Amino acid sequence: MIAGRPIVEGTAEGEALVTNEALSFWGGYDFHTGEIIDQHHPLAGVRAAGRILVVPFSKGSSTTTAVLLEAVRAGTAPAAILTTGVDSFFALASIVADVMYAKSFPVIALEPKDVGALQTRMHVSVESSGLIKF
Amino acid sequence: MLSLSPRDQAMLDGGHGPAAQLAMSILVRMADVYGASALMNVSQAHIDSTIYLGDATLEFAERLASLGARVAVPTSLNVSGVDECGWKDWAVSPEWAAKAARQMLAYERMGASPTWTCAPYQTKMRPSFGQQVAWGESNAIAFANSVIGARTERYPDLLDVCCAITGRVPAVGLHLTENRAGQLLLQLEDVPPALQQDDQFFAVLGHLVGKLSGDSIPVIDGVVARPAEDQLKAFAAAAASSGRVALFHMVGVTPEAPTLEVAFQGRGVPPPAAITTADLLAARKELTTADGRELDMVILGSPHFSVAEFRQLAPLVAGRHVHPRVKFLVTSGRLMKQLAEEAGVLAPIVAFGAQITLDTCILASPMLPPEIKTLMTNSAKYAYYAPSLLNTRVTFGSLADCVRSAIEGRVVRDESIWQIA
Repeated sequence: MIAGRPIVEGTAEGEALVTNEALSFWGGYDFHTGEIIDQHHPLAGVRAAGRILVVPFSKGSSTTTAVLLEAVRAGTAPAAILTTGVDSFFALASIVADVMYAKSFPVIALEPKDVGALQTRMHVSVESSGLIKF
Repeated sequence: MLSLSPRDQAMLDGGHGPAAQLAMSILVRMADVYGASALMNVSQAHIDSTIYLGDATLEFAERLASLGARVAVPTSLNVSGVDECGWKDWAVSPEWAAKAARQMLAYERMGASPTWTCAPYQTKMRPSFGQQVAWGESNAIAFANSVIGARTERYPDLLDVCCAITGRVPAVGLHLTENRAGQLLLQLEDVPPALQQDDQFFAVLGHLVGKLSGDSIPVIDGVVARPAEDQLKAFAAAAASSGRVALFHMVGVTPEAPTLEVAFQGRGVPPPAAITTADLLAARKELTTADGRELDMVILGSPHFSVAEFRQLAPLVAGRHVHPRVKFLVTSGRLMKQLAEEAGVLAPIVAFGAQITLDTCILASPMLPPEIKTLMTNSAKYAYYAPSLLNTRVTFGSLADCVRSAIEGRVVRDESIWQIA
């Protein structure tokens, strides 16, 4: 169990997908399939839809938020995104998804020291307080 | 705790209409995310939300437009999802073209200037040193902050337009002097001046710096070449693709880094991480994913080709012709093309057999027919994104290499300068 800080509050549950490499959703995420497509990224080819994505921060394109909004609308977004520190791009996508479609997802900031506790395929639940249980 | 000005509060309460209310409500929630205690004015914006992806981007744009949104500050528009005049020459479906055009119209209705370019800093909308702006588009953010010394946070799509409509941004991050100091020192070590003069050098260096910088502001020292503006453009675009660079300092080159000490705002210079010639060779290799000599298309212009680049290309292609098996495409903006035409440098490029796509690019518009499998480019940004977004293989090379390859119908690269290590 680790205590994260909710940047956008919400609850979620699912299988963790953990990477220590930053990701651009534009050029990196196919919102039609929910798959990571960045050929330079170690998770290329892995489906992140419905999973608890643990990623240090967004990189690259400003359009990352728009891709993530499309993914929420299409039902192919991660169930939650956990970052190291605050990532404004992921937070914005969730906030606009709330405004447009009443469908936000939790965005949680973790302390760098806590990230190592999470591993891919763990079953993880995110509570609205930011508490991460696994 | 965020405190709002009376005008901010009035907007949030609907006193400036429903569009400003919606924009301010998103901005206020984001100010909380950023941990801002106040909002501040910007005097210009660049909207990247113009890129049509699907129904969500269109619905967002049309929702704002239908609520009567108007931009509060001079605002330029990034690339769209369609070249309105040229899309029929390509694989773009009529349905895509129609929806992308609707999204363009929504942003034009807000009173933004129809620049339709990812290089707004090369139009009349170029901001000035110290100017507070709200810019989206990763390459444009890095260029505006670093090369011009204007001040913008790294704004994402959907927020840039909220800033434009309200004229306000959270008073945080790169808007504030104290957050613009270098955080990481990258030192070129024994990189020969001849290599630094090479046409590909700054794009390759940018690709490497993006990867090395994490979420820090990099300071690059040891550059002896005097980069032209378009080389800094290539650097910024590369670093903002492979990484999240929104501001860099290049000692002796960029305006906030006349010296190493100033780049770190006098807070002390950290121990350097070295960039060697071997690192640069490896970075250049990463930009090429094709392994053969097959070539279907040469693609130039990410960020959008400038007038200076058209001028550089014209004499290379004058009197020559593209190989019949190869396409040669330049992506640019309508304003740049007009200036190139007026300067008389467009005619030889068109006579060469080049096609020009305006106001969008191959990454933002589904233009390429499936038979195009192998690309060649001098753009690190195209080289970075095309394999993932377009499922194509790419060869990275100099402008001269691209032209020669297009003429010969197969990939040819002059490797001499890159074989010294």
